[in-house]
Amino acid sequence: MDILTWTYILVGASFALYLGIAFWTRAGSTKEFYVAGGGVSPLANGMATAADWMSAASFISMAGIISFSGYDGSVYLMGWTGGYVLLALLLAPYLRKFGKFTVPDFVGDRYYSNTARVVAVICALFISFTYVAGQMRGVGIVFSRYLEIPIEWGVVIGMCIVFFYAVLGGMKGITYTQVAQYCVLIFAYMVPAIFVSMQLTGNPIPQLGLGGEVADGTGLLDKLDGILSDLGFAEYTSGRKGMTDMFMITLALMVGTAGLPHVIVRFFTVPKVKDARLSAGYALIFIAILYTTAPAVAAFGIYNAIDSTSEKNISELPSWVNNWQKTNLIKVDDKNGDGKVQYLPDPETNELTIDKDIMVLASSEIAKLPNWVVGLVAAGAMAAALSTAAGLLLVISTSVSRDLVKTFNPEITEKKELRIARLAAAGAVVLAGYFGVNPPGFVAEVVAFAFGLAAASFFPVIIMGIFSTRINKEGAISGMISGLIFTMGYIIYFKLMSPELNSAEHWWFGISPEGIGSIGMMINFVVCYFVSMATPPPPQHVQDMIQEIRIPKGAGTAHDH
Amino acid sequence: MPSQPEKMKAYWRKNLQTLLILLLIWFIVSFGFGILLVEQLNEFRLGGYKLGFWFAQQGSIYAFVILIFVYVVRMNKLDKEFDVNED
Repeated sequence: MDILTWTYILVGASFALYLGIAFWTRAGSTKEFYVAGGGVSPLANGMATAADWMSAASFISMAGIISFSGYDGSVYLMGWTGGYVLLALLLAPYLRKFGKFTVPDFVGDRYYSNTARVVAVICALFISFTYVAGQMRGVGIVFSRYLEIPIEWGVVIGMCIVFFYAVLGGMKGITYTQVAQYCVLIFAYMVPAIFVSMQLTGNPIPQLGLGGEVADGTGLLDKLDGILSDLGFAEYTSGRKGMTDMFMITLALMVGTAGLPHVIVRFFTVPKVKDARLSAGYALIFIAILYTTAPAVAAFGIYNAIDSTSEKNISELPSWVNNWQKTNLIKVDDKNGDGKVQYLPDPETNELTIDKDIMVLASSEIAKLPNWVVGLVAAGAMAAALSTAAGLLLVISTSVSRDLVKTFNPEITEKKELRIARLAAAGAVVLAGYFGVNPPGFVAEVVAFAFGLAAASFFPVIIMGIFSTRINKEGAISGMISGLIFTMGYIIYFKLMSPELNSAEHWWFGISPEGIGSIGMMINFVVCYFVSMATPPPPQHVQDMIQEIRIPKGAGTAHDH
Repeated sequence: MPSQPEKMKAYWRKNLQTLLILLLIWFIVSFGFGILLVEQLNEFRLGGYKLGFWFAQQGSIYAFVILIFVYVVRMNKLDKEFDVNED
């Protein structure tokens, strides 16, 4: 069977699976809709968290980014995994003990203020929308590349699927679908990686293959360093970014990860505090499987790509080059007319342009793997995009139905609240789909936003809300707002207003907009602390509540107001 | 037998100690070995890897996983010791 048939079969089968699961696990109450009834096992929650967390960007683009940035790509590897240590140690157990449904719930109750709650809701909505638009776009791209249908239709199909299981199933439907999606995506990522590792280094474990030797007996990484520096590029294993910037970006990504509402909310779904801790550990194992494989995929990909094209006759290039030229992901342009491909750092003379996404999407073709593996990668990429989109849509709908409508109309019935939650989810799907079809020019730019904002707004006030009894609402609100405004201002200035100034010599202290969330976070901490000290301490019942959430005993399941 | 609030204070202090040690290791393996000391560590090798590069792209992630499980085991023990566990 050809690639297209296999892709239709595998993508179709995986969709049928998700819809079946969604149907069997549909939510009947607000508690099931918001936190899956609070009865998810730590292992299942760990898998769901991993699928929720690993988006289209992790699956499709991350390895490619590392391919072209080498050591510098480590910021994503460390940043997007190290955040789980912060989550497990500093947030998850306490928020589970607190036992409500959302992050704004915690902020509003801990800081006894609906103003704080609304600021938190706005942050949650902004972060989630930024993210979800990118996921929808990812679904559309996978559809158009593999199934050869227009990108708009791809987005619409993706919308319908997510609509069905997120709106019907709520958190319960999403959780069990995400478990299935994790299995699909990790299998789809590992199979080609293992094959390629075998071919290149003879070692079936990609993590070891990366440190292994290629056919001529030299180490793969040393060989890659040599090839790249011969062509005039920087060495693969040495850094190009400044050390301060590396540090700040990694920190912003770690703290941002720990502050992302759709990740935090997953820890409200397990039965006990103990389970919340364990569940974070499982989640990180499941994530680490992909994240330790990605650098191997990255190095294998760039090695193969250069090895099979550089200084080769254009008429004798392997077939994958021609296949992917159709999608514009790879371009060959014989500028000096010598009939050969020169891959060079200088854009004037470089004749080979490779899109980063190709390192994962085409890896199975480069390695001449069977057609079903290619179809499998498409199903995996789709699983990654859909699972993240669904988790984000849930945060959006919960924020609207619970944190806004319920807070200001506490008398509404559960049935009505559930209906509003479903309506909000439906509205969010449509809006996300619209941005997927008509992406605002700055979608890629605003990813830095989502992390920076999560780092600069949520993380400090949640941490201080747990670890200090003295921090009060005045401190929290002014901290969140100053962290937010600073971070937004810096990113908007360099990304949207003056992109021509967006280079190391203009940045403050050499910190790029991607890393500025770290400074925003520090500002939030400092402002929050000093404003709290200058104003009266929180009331006694709040101080008692803080003492209460520090102790696991008596967690019960997540409860309503 | 110390009073209830005293006991809770002791529990919280031990919890904070655990956090401090684990977060220190968290910082050293990632920011320390993976970024600040990467060039010095790259002088050494681990198989085909330069050591600093290995920490940045592999080692730190393994360490994160281990850290969380050490935390889980340690806290479960602490919860039992202070009788604040949930079963």
